[in-house]
Amino acid sequence: MTGIEIITDKCVGCKLCVKACMFSAIDMKDKKAVINDNCTLCGACVSSCKFDAIQMEKEKARKSVDISEYKGVWVFAEQKHGVVSQVAFELLGEGRKLADTLSVPLSAVLIGNNVPKQAKKLIAYGADNVYYVEHQSVENYNDESYTDIFVQLIEEYKPEIVLIGATTYGRSLAPRVASRLNTGLTADCTGLEIDPEERLLLQTRPAFGGNLMATIICPNHRPQMSTVRPKVMKPLEPDYSRTGEIIQPGVIIPENLKVKVLDVVQTVCETVSLSEADIIVSGGRGLGEAKNYALVEELARVLGGAAGASRAIVDAGWVDYSHQVGQTGKTVGPKVYFACGISGAVQHLAGMSSSDIIIAINKNPDAPIFKIATYGIIGDVREILPELIKQFKDKLN
Amino acid sequence: MNIIVCVKQVPGTTDVKINKETNTIIRDEADIIINPFDEYAIEEGVRIKEKVGGSVTVISMGIPKTAELLREAIAVGVDDAVLLTDKAFAGSDTLATSYALSMGIKKIGGYDLIVCGKQATDGDTAQVGPSLAEKLGVPHTTNVRKIEEIKEGYIRCQRMTDDGFEVVEMPLPAVITVVKEINEPRLPSIKGKLKSKKYEVKIFNADDIGADKSLCGLNGSPTQVIKTFTPVHDINGEIIEGTAGEQAKNLADKLLAMQFVKCK
Ligand SMILES: Cc1cc2nc3c(=O)[nH]c(=O)nc-3n(C[C@H](O)[C@H](O)[C@H](O)COP(=O)(O)OP(=O)(O)OC[C@H]3O[C@@H](n4cnc5c(N)ncnc54)[C@H](O)[C@@H]3O)c2cc1C
Ligand code: SF4
Ligand code: SF4
Repeated sequence: MTGIEIITDKCVGCKLCVKACMFSAIDMKDKKAVINDNCTLCGACVSSCKFDAIQMEKEKARKSVDISEYKGVWVFAEQKHGVVSQVAFELLGEGRKLADTLSVPLSAVLIGNNVPKQAKKLIAYGADNVYYVEHQSVENYNDESYTDIFVQLIEEYKPEIVLIGATTYGRSLAPRVASRLNTGLTADCTGLEIDPEERLLLQTRPAFGGNLMATIICPNHRPQMSTVRPKVMKPLEPDYSRTGEIIQPGVIIPENLKVKVLDVVQTVCETVSLSEADIIVSGGRGLGEAKNYALVEELARVLGGAAGASRAIVDAGWVDYSHQVGQTGKTVGPKVYFACGISGAVQHLAGMSSSDIIIAINKNPDAPIFKIATYGIIGDVREILPELIKQFKDKLN
Repeated sequence: MNIIVCVKQVPGTTDVKINKETNTIIRDEADIIINPFDEYAIEEGVRIKEKVGGSVTVISMGIPKTAELLREAIAVGVDDAVLLTDKAFAGSDTLATSYALSMGIKKIGGYDLIVCGKQATDGDTAQVGPSLAEKLGVPHTTNVRKIEEIKEGYIRCQRMTDDGFEVVEMPLPAVITVVKEINEPRLPSIKGKLKSKKYEVKIFNADDIGADKSLCGLNGSPTQVIKTFTPVHDINGEIIEGTAGEQAKNLADKLLAMQFVKCK
């Protein structure tokens, strides 16, 4: 059977599961837990019960494909303007570990036009071989053609694991591909591991805006697909003496595309983009007025980072939405995150709490941001920021 | 122009606290709300209708209680609301969700544009939009921040990218997912509120939409959550004291020492 069951003999009526359920789906009747119609079978209550009184079962799934036919780890090498994005090298670093644990090859998939040098670079960064699809019409990313080509490659070569960077394009391509192949896709992973006995990929990811971590498997379908958050995995040191094969597979390049990209506009050219930046300096209401955002931008520039913002000042019109970090903005995970005059509402924390080092600068010592800050400075950002800019300017020269 | 907007119910995010003992989320107010991104999707649907005519239908797959939320959409100008609810849908991952939605949408039929939110604030995957488009066999564009032009059989829109935006055109029917920048949702009018009070949400189960139950819910979901836990932020945060100048110097020294900030 499929569903969830309370084993009434084991239930002691402690109500821990009631609190764990996000959907108000557990009632108490006669001091025993009872699941009601609100239940979405999300599974969160199962691990909350300390008495093993909650059981969730799934029908033995039909294996949709012969999973033993699928071998090897693949990384999608997203390229833009002929340059492979950083996240692909990070994925090769991680993919190398997974492939070595499974004793299978690691391959990169590169789709573009006239970028053979990039293929060599992928080998230097750990790929055993590169599937390189070259054509004028796929010079730039296009959802339709890239999906078509990627699916053809997967059906032909049958990899067991496919990793795709959780960039704008990656998070659009991956679900389209997974849906066509009817396989599982775990979103925005921050941890990957192999269960050596089952040869399964254990994919760990944040959900509920970073308040909950979930480990997800895809036991009966192949490939096991994940999108992986940029800046989490570590690339290998490139070794240009490594050898590998560059394979130009015979795929059908789709023609007469429905989706047409008419224009690509880069607005974040003066600095690095938020998702790629190692250092992010973000500003909030504590800046006092719009013109003080210049301080945030200047510190970001001095540090070679990107400038972010809280929702409050985006809504107030001080800066453009493209700078917004948080639940309804961008999710970032830089090495260092400066929160300048940001109080730290959960919605903001959802977008940045995975940063390695968090620096909070705020007048209010009770601001929630201090709870997750590695370093806190209690003070007025308008005084601290100019001092910081000065310090780094002096020291970085 | 017939527009369908996909709406998900999510737990209200106001008060998230972690129970340290059980490592689970405590919710004082266990209410459900419309996924914030879907508010923008609804508003965009209504704006398109107001501009070019037609109708807007919201569809959701969820628990019976979701029907109340869908009425909120009627109050801001949506014409019809459909709720797919069935025990068979419980435990759906994004693939099973997209399948069920695609069957519901085929049942409604005659659509030109499907609008989804960029992502839901609970599952957080942003996968349902593209996956749904695939199931319907129509093109899609994610992260739309502006519709430049829409007319019979054609849409041209701006998609937000990691470092800017791009202009994409597609024939209709198609799916778009929208970001917050696209509009500012309106508040319900008094007339709208009255209408929503009387409105009865159309409720379909798996059989009504002809869904194959082996492709729905837990059984139709390739992914399986095997463990959940609360993230540990290993923070023994240090407060840096002193005058503004001292604080800045102290912090800069620390960051330079850790080599996070490097000399060029
Ligand atoms: C902790 C946790 C982790 C999870 N991780 C994954 C995972 O990695 N991969 C996976 O496949 N599933 C995962 N799921 C399941 C996933 O949350 C559900 O499939 C959910 O039904 C849809 O995904 P989402 O919430 O991410 O929606 P998103 O894909 O983020 O939603 C995007 C848009 O799709 C539309 N939409 C989404 N759901 C519905 C709906 N039910 N009715 C109408 N419109 C809708 C809305 O317009 C919404 O704005 C996870 C669930 C939990 C609890
Ligand atoms: S947590 Fe377990 S023991 Fe406690 S009420 Fe729930 S089912 Fe019963
Ligand atoms: S499975 Fe999820 S929705 Fe169902 S009772 Fe448990 S926690 Fe609540």
